[in-house]
Amino acid sequence: MKHSTFFWFVLPSAILMLAFIALPIVSIVTQSLYTSHEQVLVTVENCGPFGCTEVTSVDQDATQALKAAEPLGKWAGLDVYKDRNHLAVAEVASAWVNADGLPDFGRTLMNLPFYAALAFTLTYTFIVTPLTIVLGFFIAVAVNAIAKALKGPTIFLTLLPFIVTPLVGSLIIFWMVDARGILGTGLQWLADDPTLSVKASTPLMWIMLMFYGIWHSAPFAFVVFYAGLQTVNTDSLEAAMIDGANRWERIRYVVIPHLFPLVTFVALIQLMDNFRVFEPIVSFSAYAHANSLSIAIFNDLGGETRLLSSAAATSVLTIIGVAILLSPVLVRTYRDFSNPR
Amino acid sequence: MKLFKYAALGTATAVLMGTSAMAAGHGCNVTEGRINIVGNEFPAIQSVAAAAIGCASGIEAESNLTADHQKINVAGMTGNPAEYTSAIVANSSIVALINEDVVRPLDDLIAAYGQDIPTRQLITIDGKVMAVAFMANAQHLVYRSDVLEQIGMDVPTSYEDVLAAAEKIRAEGIMENPVGGAYAAGWNLAEEFVNMYLGTGGAFFEPGTANVSINNEQGVEALEMMKALTAYMNPDYLTHDSNATSAEWEAGNVALMNMWGSRTGVLMDDEGSEEVVYSNTVAGGPLTVGDSGVAASTLWWDGWTVAKNISDEEAAATFQALAHATSPALLNDETMSQAVWLMDGFDAQPVNEGVLATVAAGANPYPMLPFMGLLHTALGDNIADFLQGNESAEQALMDIEAAYTASATEQGFLQ
Repeated sequence: MKHSTFFWFVLPSAILMLAFIALPIVSIVTQSLYTSHEQVLVTVENCGPFGCTEVTSVDQDATQALKAAEPLGKWAGLDVYKDRNHLAVAEVASAWVNADGLPDFGRTLMNLPFYAALAFTLTYTFIVTPLTIVLGFFIAVAVNAIAKALKGPTIFLTLLPFIVTPLVGSLIIFWMVDARGILGTGLQWLADDPTLSVKASTPLMWIMLMFYGIWHSAPFAFVVFYAGLQTVNTDSLEAAMIDGANRWERIRYVVIPHLFPLVTFVALIQLMDNFRVFEPIVSFSAYAHANSLSIAIFNDLGGETRLLSSAAATSVLTIIGVAILLSPVLVRTYRDFSNPR
Repeated sequence: MKLFKYAALGTATAVLMGTSAMAAGHGCNVTEGRINIVGNEFPAIQSVAAAAIGCASGIEAESNLTADHQKINVAGMTGNPAEYTSAIVANSSIVALINEDVVRPLDDLIAAYGQDIPTRQLITIDGKVMAVAFMANAQHLVYRSDVLEQIGMDVPTSYEDVLAAAEKIRAEGIMENPVGGAYAAGWNLAEEFVNMYLGTGGAFFEPGTANVSINNEQGVEALEMMKALTAYMNPDYLTHDSNATSAEWEAGNVALMNMWGSRTGVLMDDEGSEEVVYSNTVAGGPLTVGDSGVAASTLWWDGWTVAKNISDEEAAATFQALAHATSPALLNDETMSQAVWLMDGFDAQPVNEGVLATVAAGANPYPMLPFMGLLHTALGDNIADFLQGNESAEQALMDIEAAYTASATEQGFLQ
């Protein structure tokens, strides 16, 4: 292809990627390196329906003058990254020195918001992603084997969890596992413990959230693998049958190798999605038990005082986290393409 | 079908005539400028916004009332010209607007159009009027009179009484978890701590500074009392916000709770619960904790502001319409019970008694400090660990102080 043709061919997508991917990243990185100006505090008298009180307030004129002089804010370098609400460098260092053994260090670490959120996010990602892939694969193999007339309706029903809006789907499960809901009561009966409550126990809440995550994204893996199954070479399958391979051996030695590039693809998408886990925590009101990096960003932006630099720093850390998670998969894909067998 | 059409047409005409009669009848007629109100969504605010829009004749007038108003009001008033000409706020949320400098002082508008507004409705900060309050709100005890009668105990006035009554209700097998409360991790849980801590006589900050100081005896006392109460609550209490707690009440599972005055109307009407529940639901006074004698509750007002980045014409239109909408002209049979109105001519209804008793008991107003929102967030994130038994009260208070200090430093309140 001529260089000019190639240039004009990729130009639209290059511009779109610059505008919608590169620029926002530059923007949050910049934002995370600056903080608000020092607020000039004064003591003033406030009056209202409940009387007058002396309170501390912000001197608007003085603070606005500071803002006008440097609209980006005060240069902070990596201070926001290092503070207690993010990487907590000083706290981790002192915990490492003062800790009474590794378990004690772990407890101190889990008491810091960023590491607690990271712990849940990583656990969620590494449990939900493989189980989604395995479950999706087995559903695809099962659906592929049923009678043609039943296939359409079965595929539709199997896709339902993926079609339902995540917030709505998790709210429905939230009420079902309530102590007085059908699943909650069922669990109490199974465990023979009338005080059992999923919403009150951290381990059960984590299991619930991961169960939800698998339930919601297994159909995605299913539909990708199902499409892949349609391209399996029937000659190879028949040859394997003639060689005396049973059903499991045919799956193990013919189907799985054929579908492996798709596994990489599903893993890539699922790792990214699961690392950004957000909706189930909101709908399960699970803030007391589980936090994720996305929830931290949401809370910074949704409070009465918006913490823009803090949200930006957590976003940058999330991007770094996604990059680290995806690097093995990306390296593998790169190798596959650069050394064609 | 034809009949239906005529009927619909008739209703529409009646509505139109009603609106114009209302606008003309009360002498409010704004013909220049623009009105756009953003605010929370509950019946009292809906009435105020509707009355303000009713004043507009031939000009653009609209409102955006939503529970997410805090997430959009600053952004919607920062542009020039601002999208919203007014935000309806409370004493906690006004500080965000003042910090961002998006609302204007109202003194000149009051001189021109607002001579009738009583001084007690004016929110004055450093001598400048920044908002006009129109209703009061507070949390207070709500109790089931039939259950208290059954166990033969008086109406609790302190949290210690609540614990004793709860123990007896449980022991007599009337209810398993007789205490309710909006203890959902996050904003609600933090609000309960704010109430309880003020009730112990504690102060949140060192005077004149943004330095937090809650890691003390009062802080521990407040947390211990909250934990003692949770022993009598539904085990899922950390997921119960005000809505879920109200639902528990209406289901008849709860006999004692600290609840918002603005929600008692829903609990006492005959919708959503059985006769035995709603007819025995009574709004009591505020509760105390320990022997400080201070009510463990905070007083709140809701009021309106006028945006800074709009033309003087638009500001005048907005001011006139809202001043009219929060004047005695608003009060009628329908609106009277919607809130504890601050206007002259308000006639207290039984549902309002709790809020009035809290005001009379001299409860503290919710602190109107520029950095209180940051502390509220830090409280909401860290109390649940203590209530679940994962850490000591002192550790929880230390975590709260550290989380607050980090975000207050980032915002420039601490150097």
